[in-house]
Amino acid sequence: MSDIEQKDKPATQPEWVKDERTLTNSALPSEEQDWFCDARPRRVEKHWQVLENFMNWARAHSLWILAFGTGCGAIEMRPLVTARYDISRLGMQMRPTPRQASVFVIGGYVSLKTLKRIVRSYEQMQGPKFVVAVCSCAINGGMYWDSYNTIKRIDEYIPVDVYVTGCMPRPEAVLAGFNLLKKLIREGKAEGQNLYADKFDWYKANQKQVIKDWNMPDYNW
Amino acid sequence: MQELLDNLKELYALNGITLRNPSLAWAEVTPERLVGLLTQLRDAHGFTHLVLMTCVDWLEDGRFQVTYLLHNYTTRQDLGLHVYVGRTASELPSIHTLWEQGRVYQQELHEMFGIYFPGSPGLGEPMILESWDGPPPMRRDFDTRVYSEETYSHRQRTHHEPEQHMKDRLYPED
Amino acid sequence: MENLYPPIVDGKSVYDLDSQKYLKMWQGPQHPGVTGNMSLELDISGDQVVKCKAHVGYLHRGFEKLMERRRYINCFPIVCRICVPEPDTNEYLFAAAMEDLLGLDIPERAKWLRTLNLELSRLASFVMWLGGQSGAFGMGTVAQWCLAHRDYVLDLFEEWTGARIYHMYMTPGGVRGGLPEGWDAHAEKVLDGIYKLLDEIRHVMFNNAIFKQRAKGLGVITPDMFDRFGIVGPNVRGSGSTRDIRKDTPYLIYDQLDFEAVTEQGGDVYARAKVRWREVYQSIDLIRQILKNMPRKGPLHITLPNVLHLKVPAGETYVRAESTRGEYGYYMVSDGSEYPRKVTVRGPSYTHAMALLEHLAVGVNTADVAGLMVSLHTYPPEIER
Repeated sequence: MSDIEQKDKPATQPEWVKDERTLTNSALPSEEQDWFCDARPRRVEKHWQVLENFMNWARAHSLWILAFGTGCGAIEMRPLVTARYDISRLGMQMRPTPRQASVFVIGGYVSLKTLKRIVRSYEQMQGPKFVVAVCSCAINGGMYWDSYNTIKRIDEYIPVDVYVTGCMPRPEAVLAGFNLLKKLIREGKAEGQNLYADKFDWYKANQKQVIKDWNMPDYNW
Repeated sequence: MQELLDNLKELYALNGITLRNPSLAWAEVTPERLVGLLTQLRDAHGFTHLVLMTCVDWLEDGRFQVTYLLHNYTTRQDLGLHVYVGRTASELPSIHTLWEQGRVYQQELHEMFGIYFPGSPGLGEPMILESWDGPPPMRRDFDTRVYSEETYSHRQRTHHEPEQHMKDRLYPED
Repeated sequence: MENLYPPIVDGKSVYDLDSQKYLKMWQGPQHPGVTGNMSLELDISGDQVVKCKAHVGYLHRGFEKLMERRRYINCFPIVCRICVPEPDTNEYLFAAAMEDLLGLDIPERAKWLRTLNLELSRLASFVMWLGGQSGAFGMGTVAQWCLAHRDYVLDLFEEWTGARIYHMYMTPGGVRGGLPEGWDAHAEKVLDGIYKLLDEIRHVMFNNAIFKQRAKGLGVITPDMFDRFGIVGPNVRGSGSTRDIRKDTPYLIYDQLDFEAVTEQGGDVYARAKVRWREVYQSIDLIRQILKNMPRKGPLHITLPNVLHLKVPAGETYVRAESTRGEYGYYMVSDGSEYPRKVTVRGPSYTHAMALLEHLAVGVNTADVAGLMVSLHTYPPEIER
């Protein structure tokens, strides 16, 4: 990189931002730098509109949820898979690994230790991916607004498509949230993944501000 | 219960004995005699179950009160032992050899209050608070509200007077 | 085959961890084989666990700190959040500790209603556990049945208290309200359904050759481990002990009910599953006894002064109750002000999930770790609080 380009950069740019296309993974030791890819997340390019409509319709009808109970909201996810609420009829099911999942349900309060795992799991999910924030605590801190160990709003760390309020929200409310998500996807408005790619540096700076021991790659994919 | 405490009083210099009810008593012991007393209670007097180990921060007196609560399964009695220790460089003997779960409690007390238990395994590793750089959070001089407001960004809240809000929404023309 | 695996001496594997011939595997926090949000760091040789370390703290909210800066009545809505699947024990114990310090006695009818609430939440928690245990061994059918039937119990709670999960029913000084009209009939219908379900679980789960083969002899708890590890509740009752707080130091109206502590021999996963399965029968029986004998008229609540400025006399106390996992206790210290000085929660999962699981998991097949973990019945939110 030449000196002129260096000067053009704003002075406040964090050191791990190399340029628009690559990362330095600054927390990793130099021998590990080579093992991890330094690419940033990219926007998903839109197809021809008719094809895009068809693909959105298809996406909305097969949403697979990552089975990661991050807080107390996980207890109301379990009835959803039983015969009474039966999310299978909506084309949804629980998947054990982020590689197969497309919906991340943040169930409840997020403590700092969990936030690190959430970021990692979210980045490992393959696109198109969507986030549903369930419970008040994930939205504004809820009951734990003065706790030293829980973050107060999850949307500063990963992009959220649908919020479901309540403590705890009933399974019907969660189902309504999923239906809203499907509607948004069909209309092509669930753009959380592209938002993450666009504002990647902002999200990363927020994450690094609270996660003090950052010892993983900057983008885990 | 009273008899037992009277017998032990001489030997272990117990003071501050209070009987809360016939099956629950509190007593105070010095840190040097703690392990001996716990061993005797466990092996000779049937107080075999360590119910909990916790710490109360008496900030105005400048000391920690560490409570060991023991339970006797035959007589159904509880005996709580208080040990007082200073708030700076506090150190207590470890009891992980008497009860395995003592290690976990001591790990937590070390993390949350900063009390050091020499010899207790795993004290140096973070247990609950990963990447914590503040003071031990359960100390009374740590203000969780101030910390939370400084560290995390809070969502702006809007407050409405219920009466005025409903009036504005339902009858805006009045 | 035997010499393929490293020998185990005194509960610890003597495998040479410096030999590099082992695999480090993380089970959790994002993993279907752990209960809730915690993780196990497993060192594996072949498919045998040689070392296990439990990592907790993913759900830490600092309750004991938050309660220090809330008034007694403001603590009340947050204590039930400590244990998600069975919140009522927390409500009862917080109220009981406060009443003990204040020297209050609650009305007779409130005692019966509290007992009914506690038993019903025990029932819901046990039914969900049965589903979890069978699910951990790969029998999804039982898990589906159990979760569906637990939902009917939650419906009863909703009809009675207005909430499915967090009821906030037992306020200090009594309870919030009586039973609604027609609730008994609904409850009887649900209990009948669960009673039939239990018989089917016996056929599908306890007579299943695969479940028997995997669960028998797995994770054996011997009587000498009880006090060394602080094991309580169904985990000791699966090893032939009859320790049950409801029977030994009765609280509320448990001394007026007719029941025996459930106990099984063996101490392995199978015996513990059997204990919990029989405890569901016991809970159904107790709920029926309570509904038959409870007084239907009378005060629900004693009159307290303005609870927002309630000063609790200085002192300290410890109260305990039998939850589904065993002894649950609250240690409360008051300095005479409007705020509690210290409230410590003694959750049974604390010792089960950390010291005990790390000990039992050594030498277990990797595929059985999930089943072993569920069989200890740990709920992570109450470990780190």
